[in-house]
Amino acid sequence: MNVLNFIHAFFSDSSHWHGYDGIPARVWEHIQYSLEALGYAALIGLPVGLVTGHYGRGGNTLALIATAGRALPSFGLLVLMFIWLGFGLLPVMIPLVILAVPPILVTTYEALRSVDPSPVDAARGMGMTESRILFQVELPVALPLILSGLRSAAIQIVSTATIAAYVSLGGLGRYIIDGLYQKNYEKVVGGATLVAAMALVTLGIFWAVARLTVSPGVRRS
Amino acid sequence: MIRIDSVTKRYPDGTVAVDRLSLEIPDRSITVFVGPSGCGKTTTLRMINRMVEPSEGRILLDGADIHAQPVNTLRRSMGYVIQNAGLFQHRTIVDNIATVPRLLGWSKQKARARAAELMERVGLDTALAKRYPYQLSGGQQQRVGVARALAADPPVLLMDEPFSAVDPVVRKGLQDELLRIQDELGKTIVFVTHDIDEAIKLGTMVAVMRTGGHLAQYAPPAELLTAPADEFVEDFLGADRGIRRLSFFPSTGLELQRAPIVAIDADAGRLGARASADAPYLLVTDLDGRPLGWGEPQDLTAGSIDPARLLSYGRPFMPGRDSLRAALDGSVLSPTGWAVAVDGEGRAVGVVSQQVIGAAIRTAHAEGRDDARVGG
Repeated sequence: MNVLNFIHAFFSDSSHWHGYDGIPARVWEHIQYSLEALGYAALIGLPVGLVTGHYGRGGNTLALIATAGRALPSFGLLVLMFIWLGFGLLPVMIPLVILAVPPILVTTYEALRSVDPSPVDAARGMGMTESRILFQVELPVALPLILSGLRSAAIQIVSTATIAAYVSLGGLGRYIIDGLYQKNYEKVVGGATLVAAMALVTLGIFWAVARLTVSPGVRRS
Repeated sequence: MIRIDSVTKRYPDGTVAVDRLSLEIPDRSITVFVGPSGCGKTTTLRMINRMVEPSEGRILLDGADIHAQPVNTLRRSMGYVIQNAGLFQHRTIVDNIATVPRLLGWSKQKARARAAELMERVGLDTALAKRYPYQLSGGQQQRVGVARALAADPPVLLMDEPFSAVDPVVRKGLQDELLRIQDELGKTIVFVTHDIDEAIKLGTMVAVMRTGGHLAQYAPPAELLTAPADEFVEDFLGADRGIRRLSFFPSTGLELQRAPIVAIDADAGRLGARASADAPYLLVTDLDGRPLGWGEPQDLTAGSIDPARLLSYGRPFMPGRDSLRAALDGSVLSPTGWAVAVDGEGRAVGVVSQQVIGAAIRTAHAEGRDDARVGG
């Protein structure tokens, strides 16, 4: 039996489409975990990246934090947090946020550093305040790169959020972990397929957001 | 009036960019700072809108220290044009130009209407309004830069090497446009360049600066060409000082001769009558009076003058509009040694010999008639 047969069997079984362990419920849980983690990561990464990028300071510190963040194994961190904090969503959020902050933070910083300095000089010379320069001159130009940082963070979160199932939470990880435990490979493959599909949908969403928010004057490059 | 009062800019590493600079920038005129790189000209300009703060000394705008008002209020009252235009690539042309009016709180509609008006003023097709900067050529982008600086009608315009990055032909167009706009608007323009020819062409006053932030000479361009203060200024001015200075002498007073001009359909009698010892050549024109070329009287046969066999008439000049330099150039370019004067429609109104131009130059020198600026 090959993978496609597994996929077909998983998705055509009508019992997989309802109930607390049904696909809609698990997908919805997965979306919630992912959005929450991405939200926190953006809340930390974007402001810090924007401010440090605008003033051009702290690049080395950021690189250090990013490397450290990337070096931490998400799964190990999850187990550690679970032991520390016990059952709940928090032990899951911490590793996911730590995973997602570096790409957001570093790309935002780099995106702002790579903005052509002459419009910024012109804007300052025309009497724009620093916050206007940041939001009206630098941000619109840096936006494609910033969005790409958010996108890779989002995709990493979507695929890593499966670890929530290890600490008895829901999400698409449930299928993979339960399937492995039950030796039900149809379930494992089905869960993995759903995660991959969600990652692709995430890509599509970011593409659409970029189309809508990036000025045509910037987009051509 | 902007007064720079013994201003020094010293950087933390000890480099002195500007050294005790004092000068007055007159209202409603173009003051050009010119000098080699590292002479402090850009630093000086940037101190006027406080992009750089002086270490010592002060700068007064209409008698008040520029620190008397909030920095962004000061900057919004001064147009700022930089080398690569520095346009906002995410905004359309019209919104780029509307930047400062929007900062000053104008409504979007009013700011855009003003922007469209300025596009015309700087010679941009208003069809470009909805384009983005990347869709424009370098010269067009620089025009947008000038329009953006003028948008809120500031009394002062600071221009930092605005035309350095465009090719010579476009640059000349932009310079002419700036002079035309200045004739209409009468701004106080501070202009930085490393190009001495640009300085002489545009400046009402020219400040020549030398490395280390010293002012070498501050004078009107004609005076600079006549009497360079020292060897540095003289070297910087380069060759042909005398010829270039002729740009400042009008060609109005030249005594033009009408006699040697004949139309292409002239009869034999007329051809004979017009030639004289004084004017050994005849200028043949078409039936509308536009010059075709020079010919010797004995080579011209009534009724069968071949325009292709005439001698070149060089480049004609327009008395009144062009300078003695243009007249002299016209006479040097023509193999006959005579320059052709034309009117606005390009019709020959007279001819003048090198001898007469030479005499006019001597008279102009004697009278010191170099204060009037003329083109060409």
